Amino acid sequence: MARLNDDNVRLAQEIIGRYPRPRSATIPLLHLAQEQEGYLTQDAIKHVAELVGATSAEVLGTATFYEMFKFEPVGKYLINICGTMSCALMGAEELMHHAEERLGVKAGGTTSDGLFTLEHAECQAACTEAPCLQVNYRHAFRVTNADLDTLIDDLRAGTLDGEIPAHGTLARVRQSIPADKAAGVVTPEQVGAPAWFPAKDPS
Amino acid sequence: MTATDNSPAPGADSDAPPPDPNAVQVTVNGVPHTARKGQLIIEAAADAGQYIPRFCYHERMTPVGKCRMCLVEADGGRGPAVTVSCMVPVAPDMKIETESPMAKRMQEGVLELLLANHPLDCPVCDKGGECPLQDQTMSHGPGESRFVEEKRHYEKPIPISDLVFLDRERCILCDRCTRFADEVAGDALIHFIGRGNSTQVMTFPDEPFASYFSGNTVQICPVGALTAKPYRFKARPWDLDEVESTCTTCSVGCRTVVQSSRDQLLRYQGVDSDPVNWGWLCDRGRFGFESVNSDHRLTEPLVRSATGLVPTSWNAALAATVTLIEDAKAAAGPESIAVIGGARGTNEDAFAWARLAHDVIDTPNVYSQMGDGLPVGILGMPRATINDVASATTIVLLAPDLKEELPILYLRVRDAVEKRRAKVIEFTPKQGGVTRYAWKSIAYEPGTQVDAVSAALADPAIAAQLASGSVAVVAGRANLAETSAATVQALQTLLAAVPQATVLPAFRRGNVVGALQVGMRPRSGGLDTRGTLQAAADGKIECLILVGADPLADFPDSDLARRALFGARRIISVDTHLSATSDRADVVLPAAAFGEKSGTTTNLEGRVTTLGRKVTPAGTSRPDWMIAAAIAQGLGVDLGYRSVDDITDAIAAMVASYDGVTREALASSPDGIMSHTPASIDPINPVSVEIGVRNSYDFRLVVSRKLYDAAVGTATSPSMAHLAPGQSAHLHPLDVERAGVVAGAEVKVISPRATAVMRIEADPTVLRGTVWVPFNQPGGNVGDLIDCTAPVTDVRIENL
Ligand code: SF4
Ligand code: SF4
Ligand code: FES
Ligand code: FES
Repeated sequence: MARLNDDNVRLAQEIIGRYPRPRSATIPLLHLAQEQEGYLTQDAIKHVAELVGATSAEVLGTATFYEMFKFEPVGKYLINICGTMSCALMGAEELMHHAEERLGVKAGGTTSDGLFTLEHAECQAACTEAPCLQVNYRHAFRVTNADLDTLIDDLRAGTLDGEIPAHGTLARVRQSIPADKAAGVVTPEQVGAPAWFPAKDPS
Repeated sequence: MTATDNSPAPGADSDAPPPDPNAVQVTVNGVPHTARKGQLIIEAAADAGQYIPRFCYHERMTPVGKCRMCLVEADGGRGPAVTVSCMVPVAPDMKIETESPMAKRMQEGVLELLLANHPLDCPVCDKGGECPLQDQTMSHGPGESRFVEEKRHYEKPIPISDLVFLDRERCILCDRCTRFADEVAGDALIHFIGRGNSTQVMTFPDEPFASYFSGNTVQICPVGALTAKPYRFKARPWDLDEVESTCTTCSVGCRTVVQSSRDQLLRYQGVDSDPVNWGWLCDRGRFGFESVNSDHRLTEPLVRSATGLVPTSWNAALAATVTLIEDAKAAAGPESIAVIGGARGTNEDAFAWARLAHDVIDTPNVYSQMGDGLPVGILGMPRATINDVASATTIVLLAPDLKEELPILYLRVRDAVEKRRAKVIEFTPKQGGVTRYAWKSIAYEPGTQVDAVSAALADPAIAAQLASGSVAVVAGRANLAETSAATVQALQTLLAAVPQATVLPAFRRGNVVGALQVGMRPRSGGLDTRGTLQAAADGKIECLILVGADPLADFPDSDLARRALFGARRIISVDTHLSATSDRADVVLPAAAFGEKSGTTTNLEGRVTTLGRKVTPAGTSRPDWMIAAAIAQGLGVDLGYRSVDDITDAIAAMVASYDGVTREALASSPDGIMSHTPASIDPINPVSVEIGVRNSYDFRLVVSRKLYDAAVGTATSPSMAHLAPGQSAHLHPLDVERAGVVAGAEVKVISPRATAVMRIEADPTVLRGTVWVPFNQPGGNVGDLIDCTAPVTDVRIENL
């Protein structure tokens, strides 16, 4: 079942309730769907569209704008090796070659055991720590080939499970706002235009 | 440039009117110009005679500043700045430069970038010759490109719907089609997918761009990325010849241009008429030219012989027609002759036929409605225009689903809700296209509309809304499986309570209002269509004349229509295509179709516009008016009409409600001229309906039309014929179980009249306790279930 499961539908309703308009919840719900399956299935996109009252095309269009949403199955660990300037200068290319050799897949590929997906990434805002990479968006800095080998071994052995959850997990603690603590949703119309906003031409 | 030369010195004229608070003084390329407050630079410059190149900007859609083609230099007081002229409004004393060296460099730069990935396959592109990208490259582009790399490639055109193809290589990502789909049509089924260099317009994988308005995206796409299946590779724009006209597929009367090449209709394009269609057309109207070109057109007169209908000459056919009419008269007098139709032709056609019927044949039995509208007296209520509806504070719908039956009126109502915050109160037996935009959607069971309206009027929130401003009511027949009585009564109740309300009659067929107003309605004591068919079934009609009328397909009560055609002693049919009805006639006279004749038409508001003739009528077919004149001649009366213009003049002179609708006036009013309701139209008498109690295991039947059905216009248009959804019985999902049937299975639907077998569909838009069946679908027979005299139709549903 690639639609949202019952627990997530309940969660989705709660998330939708935090916004003045259901479609504002599109991206949080896409994360929820990605968390459930590890990537966005077509059924899940349709389901999110139903929940927020948009068309599937609109939700797909929104989702495909964002690099972090995946539309094909992704390994449990997504390794993004930065290849932008600082990292490139500091040996990112060699690191990528090594990773490809070690995992036996090309950049963009997923290992046959479904454990690793290797990807080429743009600057991860850690240029002082080049070359760097991310595993499920958790940084590793100044990575040598040997560091990478250790990292892969540890991930395989599961010794890092406590630090790096499976791909799609945004956070291990989910924020929950009890109804009585909610700020209350206010639509833009109820707020009205800010005082500095130029008045609309009456014609 | 010294345009200030003859302007008076400030203060010279103390009697000068106070300055217009909405005026904003700017200069455009050095020339002073008075713009309006809030006006976009691109528009102000256009008013000042300077065309700024553009791709994404479209007057009828929200500006998005997507393509950057409209960059100009504008100085609003802080020095010249690069300005997106489609996004920025004018400011006092703004200096706008559209052709300065900087503006030109920017425009050239944008074009060079847009062309970097453009395939430049103009020689095989439908748009070549009328392409804004070609034109603006010539007028505003750089001479050559510095881009030598490999261009982006995509699979060449892919279908995004049954009617529209997309070539992503040609797309310049202007957001016109996607904006149209979302903002104008409300069908956001196409969207930008991906990002950056790989952004593309796309549908969701298994959800095609199945919008009733998809053809508009082809028209507004500024390149050849979107092409329409019915037109692809049919012509080059420079081979097309065109004439302005009005779509008569339904009664909205959208303005179009009709284009042809080598005497064949090839394309209709929307024309922006501010009071009506804003440039849009629905797909049924846009692609209906296929049916004019169809092989199924009648091209020569037919007469009945021992072996069936056989082709003959016009002389022989007209002689046979005259004989049929004279024999009928001789047998039982002129009252035994009846004429049905006229709604599919021009005002001139209808007027000539009305004169033939009333003055020459001398029968009172004439009617242009097919038993599926409201009484003609609706026209006597205070009438609303489309603009009145779109600008009303409250829009009340007591009408069929506008999206299915009057598509562009639906767009106008939708726009009013989305932009101007009009509120819609919808009374309907089934949820439809407008429901999601309605402030209140009040579902009623057929026959109970008066109760629904009374209950709504008693609701304080609704009463306050109705009292808060103008109210426009769109009134029509939402259900063909009931008489019009309950709707009329509900309308009267509403108007009594809301005295300021005006009414837009949702009469649906192309020129039905025109036909009714110029005389295609019964004279006192005459029979309407139901009366005529009943009389025919009873053997009292000696001669039935059908002018573009097909009762077997269109009259809700199929059994009565069949019995009428059996009972009528003689049948004369004037039609464009051979239908099940005309197939039963004694004489069939081939009629010229849309695009083959000129004249005028009247839309549902009463707006009269011109129709253009672009191609020669198929075969030997003739306009209806000419046929009427020839028959009159045969009966010994010269109506005096030698040309269609003679009749346009005659209508202006003889029909009081067309006073002022002269050819000169029409020629100078592209948006048309309003006619008035004829004084002689009888007001509707108060009606009341008695509805018996329903058996608890019965379902009440609701029958209404879909945009695509088995009507000749779609059935003989190859691109649209397969779009008709087909007949099935729709039940609310909870009722499917209650009825003991399974969705998808064939069941028996049993009315007091007949039994019809159809597939069950679970459909949450259907009101519980009712069953909805689309009317006139290919192979459909729901008309068998309907008794047109019964106030409502109740049916049982049983497994086979
Ligand atoms: S397909 Fe045409 S209208 Fe749509 S974004 Fe591309 S260029 Fe614009
Ligand atoms: S809405 Fe009616 S008049 Fe307008 S294009 Fe469609 S069929 Fe023609
Ligand atoms: S270049 Fe690699 S993190 Fe910035
Ligand atoms: S026309 Fe102004 S940005 Fe496209």
